[in-house]
Amino acid sequence: MGGSGSGKTTVLRLIGGQLRPSSGSVNIDGQIVHTLATDELYQMRRKMGMLFQHGALFTDLTAFENVAFPLREHTDLNEELIRTLVLMKLHAVGLRNAAQLKPAEISGGMGRRVALARAIALDPELIMYDEPFAGLDPISMGVTANLIRNLNDALGSTSILVSHDVKECFAIADYVYFLSSGKIVAHGTPAQMAVSTHPYVKQFVNAEADGPVPFHYPGKSLADDLGLHAGAGR
Amino acid sequence: MIARFLAAIGAWLRNSVQDLGFAVRSFFLIIASSGGLWRRPHLLIEQLFYIGSRSVLIIAVSGLFVGMVLGLQGYYTLSTFGATQSLGQLVALSLMRELGPVVTALLFAGRAGTSLTAEIGLMKAGEQLSAMEMMAVNPIQRVLAPRFWAGVIAMPILGGIFTAVGVIGSYLVGVVLIGVDEGSFWSQMQGGVNVWKDIANGTYVKSMVFGIAVTFIALFQGYQAQPTPEDVSGATTRTVVISSLMVWWLDFMMTALMFSK
Repeated sequence: MGGSGSGKTTVLRLIGGQLRPSSGSVNIDGQIVHTLATDELYQMRRKMGMLFQHGALFTDLTAFENVAFPLREHTDLNEELIRTLVLMKLHAVGLRNAAQLKPAEISGGMGRRVALARAIALDPELIMYDEPFAGLDPISMGVTANLIRNLNDALGSTSILVSHDVKECFAIADYVYFLSSGKIVAHGTPAQMAVSTHPYVKQFVNAEADGPVPFHYPGKSLADDLGLHAGAGR
Repeated sequence: MIARFLAAIGAWLRNSVQDLGFAVRSFFLIIASSGGLWRRPHLLIEQLFYIGSRSVLIIAVSGLFVGMVLGLQGYYTLSTFGATQSLGQLVALSLMRELGPVVTALLFAGRAGTSLTAEIGLMKAGEQLSAMEMMAVNPIQRVLAPRFWAGVIAMPILGGIFTAVGVIGSYLVGVVLIGVDEGSFWSQMQGGVNVWKDIANGTYVKSMVFGIAVTFIALFQGYQAQPTPEDVSGATTRTVVISSLMVWWLDFMMTALMFSK
């Protein structure tokens, strides 16, 4: 968890090998991600699923075709089996009956759920969620949060979720890390974090204006900008 | 002052070499990633439809009008020398050697090139290419390679269509409308056109080279674009400008190589 610009999405991209670390390394299942050759990296990504912030659905394909995409790319399953699997995944996210709709014909929240079905199409061992609750209404938010937790338990996978929605995250997460300016500033279980006295966590969890995270972008003061300091205008 | 000027030149040179290197690397990556098309030819066929078939109308209509204008202008010029019977040869050679491949390439850059750049740029802006990468699908292999080869295959066919329709246009104006002798029109054309030199080299080889250049520029600009509306629109404009300049330059070079005595 962390505020905007704290480095949450960057962490996901480092794990997925889409960014190269300037220092340090990411170790997944005994493999150092940035040292892998392209083929090895793609091989490793087959064990991963990622839900992008805005879904990143293929706009020229229907919901069905979007979910079928990774199955067609990575398996030799026949069409009948692909159909069964896709409908099961769409059923899991409650959109079996929207299978033939294109992304432009469904709402943002529904699109996010189709993207979730696509992310779990190959039953990945690691699922990454980039701001899955951003822009969702309270009902969709609650449904999505429960869906993520249930899918995680059903698939027996590892889930990494980045978000700044305190309530939803604390409700479904086992462990929380707080990021600020690219660094881990606090971590613990949701229960521990809820009562933490760490200034950053306290400000974030209680949505306080005062704290270590300034509201204003650092720079000159308003008085300086408007020339209101003593002696100005002489 | 001088140091700053030299630094600016140095930065420009470094960036230019870097961009060129990246473009060359991307070109070879597309070529190297093309093997998968043998396994899934439907990706290529799909793109041939979008890039090639959907460009036929504008190419054919343009060819018709260029041929008609050429027939008219050619007749006026040749009539001053009393050589209107050579109209067929004049029109055919102009279309096959130059106008056919060049105008087709310029139209192709405007019709299909901009569409490719915008499509790839918007796919990037919508994180579709990133999503593909995270699904262990190489976007160069899955998205760029089929589009590249579709452009390379479609261009010579479109060039041929432009030239053929252009000849029909000039026939309609020169023979049907103005009354140039039909026998002279076709026989002069038959006698003056060399199949290998004028049709194979002039139309098809030139068109294929233009197809490689225009399609690659369009794809590269889209792939390189920053995921913002301004940069995607800028990339679309760059596709037309760079492709057009490249077509003129390549045309001059190929004409010098193919038709010099």
